[in-house]
Amino acid sequence: MRTDSVKPRTVKKTAPSFVSTRNACKLCAPLGASLVFRGIEGCVPLIHGSQGCATYIRRYVISHFKEPMDIASSNFSETTAIFGGAGNLRIALDNLMSQYKPSAVGIASTCLSETIGDDVRSYLAQYKAAKKGEEIPALIHASTPSYRGTHMEGYHEAVRATVISLAAGGPRSGRLNVVPGFLSAADLRHLKEILDDFQLSYTMLPDYSETLDGEAWSDYRKLSPGGTPVASIRAMGRSAATIQLGKSLAATDTAASYLEEKFGVKAETLGIPIGIGETDRFFRALEKISGAAMPKKYEKERGRLVDAYIDGHKAVAGKRAVVYGEADFVASMASFLDEIGMVPALCATGASTGKFRETVSAGLAAHQKDIIIREDSDFEDMLEICRDIGVDIIIGNSKGYYLAKNLNIPLVRAGFPIHDRIGGQRILHVGYEGTQQLFDRIVNALIAHKQRSSAIGYSYI
Amino acid sequence: MIEILDARKDQIFKKGSEETFNMACDKVSVAGSVSQRACVFCGSRVVLYPIADALHLIHGPVGCAAYTWDIRGSLSSGPELHRLSFSTDLREEEVIYGGENKLYAALTELIAAYRPKAAFVYATCIVGLIGDDVQAVCRKVAGEQGIDVIPVHSEGFRGTKKDGYKAACEALFQLIGTDDKWVAAPYSINILGDFNLAGETWIIKEYYQRMGVEVVSCMTGDGRVDEIRRAHRAAMNVVQCSGSMTYLAKMMERDYGIPCERVSYFGIEDTADALYRVARRFNNTGILKNTEELVRREVNRIYPEVERYRKDLEGKKAAIYVGGSFKAFSLVKALRHLGIRTAMVGSQTGNREDYEYLEEICDEGTIIVDDTNPLELSRFMSEKNVDLLIGGVKERPIAYKMGVAFCDHNHERKEALAGFEGMINFCREVHGSITSPVWQFSPAKRLRAGKEEVGDENGFRKAANG
Repeated sequence: MRTDSVKPRTVKKTAPSFVSTRNACKLCAPLGASLVFRGIEGCVPLIHGSQGCATYIRRYVISHFKEPMDIASSNFSETTAIFGGAGNLRIALDNLMSQYKPSAVGIASTCLSETIGDDVRSYLAQYKAAKKGEEIPALIHASTPSYRGTHMEGYHEAVRATVISLAAGGPRSGRLNVVPGFLSAADLRHLKEILDDFQLSYTMLPDYSETLDGEAWSDYRKLSPGGTPVASIRAMGRSAATIQLGKSLAATDTAASYLEEKFGVKAETLGIPIGIGETDRFFRALEKISGAAMPKKYEKERGRLVDAYIDGHKAVAGKRAVVYGEADFVASMASFLDEIGMVPALCATGASTGKFRETVSAGLAAHQKDIIIREDSDFEDMLEICRDIGVDIIIGNSKGYYLAKNLNIPLVRAGFPIHDRIGGQRILHVGYEGTQQLFDRIVNALIAHKQRSSAIGYSYI
Repeated sequence: MIEILDARKDQIFKKGSEETFNMACDKVSVAGSVSQRACVFCGSRVVLYPIADALHLIHGPVGCAAYTWDIRGSLSSGPELHRLSFSTDLREEEVIYGGENKLYAALTELIAAYRPKAAFVYATCIVGLIGDDVQAVCRKVAGEQGIDVIPVHSEGFRGTKKDGYKAACEALFQLIGTDDKWVAAPYSINILGDFNLAGETWIIKEYYQRMGVEVVSCMTGDGRVDEIRRAHRAAMNVVQCSGSMTYLAKMMERDYGIPCERVSYFGIEDTADALYRVARRFNNTGILKNTEELVRREVNRIYPEVERYRKDLEGKKAAIYVGGSFKAFSLVKALRHLGIRTAMVGSQTGNREDYEYLEEICDEGTIIVDDTNPLELSRFMSEKNVDLLIGGVKERPIAYKMGVAFCDHNHERKEALAGFEGMINFCREVHGSITSPVWQFSPAKRLRAGKEEVGDENGFRKAANG
């Protein structure tokens, strides 16, 4: 079906009409927490609940990253559910320590353990008391019942819990803390490259750029090497400032806000740097913090990107996109589409925070009035709206293939998860370079679709 | 060196060791051991999932539904309702005040919108705790909508994956026998425990048709509610994946007097054996003749190709870790056709009898393991210096990081591995991975190159030093 000719119109309904969730556009909180914990050096995630939670999350994450991802479970049984999980948690910690010799264990609770009222905090206090005098790993506990929020709440809760457990005050170090949010491994590497080029000393939490996108090994490793060292996390309370990426995090309880309140580490919230506008803001912030000008390399990248925007602008002009996924990802992606002359016709997230409209709208130019911004959405909801309003392209994770198949329009894969292609962990979204890659892929997807739909099959564009 | 947890030691056995075979199994996983198993819900979900014209509604917070959306490569020749993921997506307020109203509303709207032939409602962990009367809601909706609405008691913590299989069998059993008008041919069967991954049920079904045997229902590959309703009219149940479906076959034998055969369709011998056993059971000359003809023709067709692969693969060693042990039996035999010896074999859900049989068919020195974990797997693979791992998505990166070839034999596979043509696909996959030139770049593989079985747990280290 060609949608070029479909005249867009505003859909009045603002909330999904179904009580149930149909093909969810979100995951549960312990998944986000597990990713954060694997971004800490030597840390094993431990999910306090049924065996299935750990296994499903492992399978889901491994299918994207194609890397080992061990997540332990406290493996609740029926009696655990009745009498509480203290015993299982203790055994799980003992076993993890003896097998993995971890430097930290990140414990994520589940709907099961939270509903029975398991007090993990006090269990851990008892555990530490019982092991007094022994060397034990850092124990971090994130409260992540899947009935509260999505994987993103789990993610930010785990970062916050990590900092609360480990960070300490002391003399200022002049370092920068960076909480990048849920980005790809390639994104994290690129951010580090930029920070290095500014010659900043920094701590990025989490950092799964190596642990979840590692090299081929010569010897099997119990835990993939890489990640933010525990010692660096401890020092985060002494840094000069924290940058957190994700506009929706402003004025919420996060790791950055905690560090500010508790240790006076100044927090700054920026959008995920996708698109020239957001990336400029990111670089300006780094210039301010470092006192140095943007390195020449990035000026050139930016220049090439502007040049590419001009080369490709006609292919994207007025094209209507559906963008979905985590709120901050969608917000930055929509603002990028806006700046290249596309219409982010439907912006959707599965999360339900009440702030999504505000987060997305803030990054859009005034003329983008006719777009639909929808929270608590799912892929069936999106499909119905897309059929209604007409869209040309789909931008988001591989679950959007469901939309692509039904609407017969191209899907540009971005974000998480990418389950039907190789290399999801290596998709670069951020910075001028990431934007360049996204831009090329979007333009080419539209051109390819036009080429395929044409009876002649143009061999020049 | 990777240590084995004390609590895990009795679930590991090395054939030919001093001790007599006495392996523990059927145990809950050890907390903190990173079991490759899932939960009760997973067991139910995988078994019922391929029923394509039913609504599958997962009652609980969103995770369980999100992680199982379109999870199996189970194909349907018609409706594809099973490929959608429906959840009541319980939130905090429902956890406090109960989820029955939401379940009722969800069922009502979904049945109206998607017109399924029946609905399955899966209870997840939390439903068992907040005390929702799922049964009552299902009964009410069934009465109002005029379709069967069947609760599946699959709370994740109430046992292991096997208990989930049982809950699924109980759900299926509620449908069976509800269409009594159907008259089946005298030589008719139900195919149990095949899930039509990559179209495997179709391959098997075609064999039976060529033999002159009618297939009444497939449970649950390319499954249809109406076929399941009349499954009790078949003359025989042919059960693959015995772990998941033997319980159902036993209930059908008890209530409907239907005898059953346990078979496997993986590998040349086991596929041939499966078809012959069904034919012999019917004791019909025509069917027997057709079966002989079929097996002869198929084996002749594939054998030259298998032989070609064998030349490259002779002498290689494999590790197998799969969900059900019945599959492991077949894989040990299928690998022999390729000249590959099984050095380690294990399953998530095998029982005592299964492991005894594995011990019988495996070579001396083979490690047999129940409910293993990534660290143990890496240790055994290293100890045995294997060339190939057969497993699923979660095992794949372990193999690759160790420079070991891999064959996906789990429910996400995209290649049909059942039947005679499945054997050819299997050989191609194994051959393609083992003989790939990419391994020349793998540091782990380079270290092991030219080394014989190292014989102890320090495989890599020794190779590295030597």
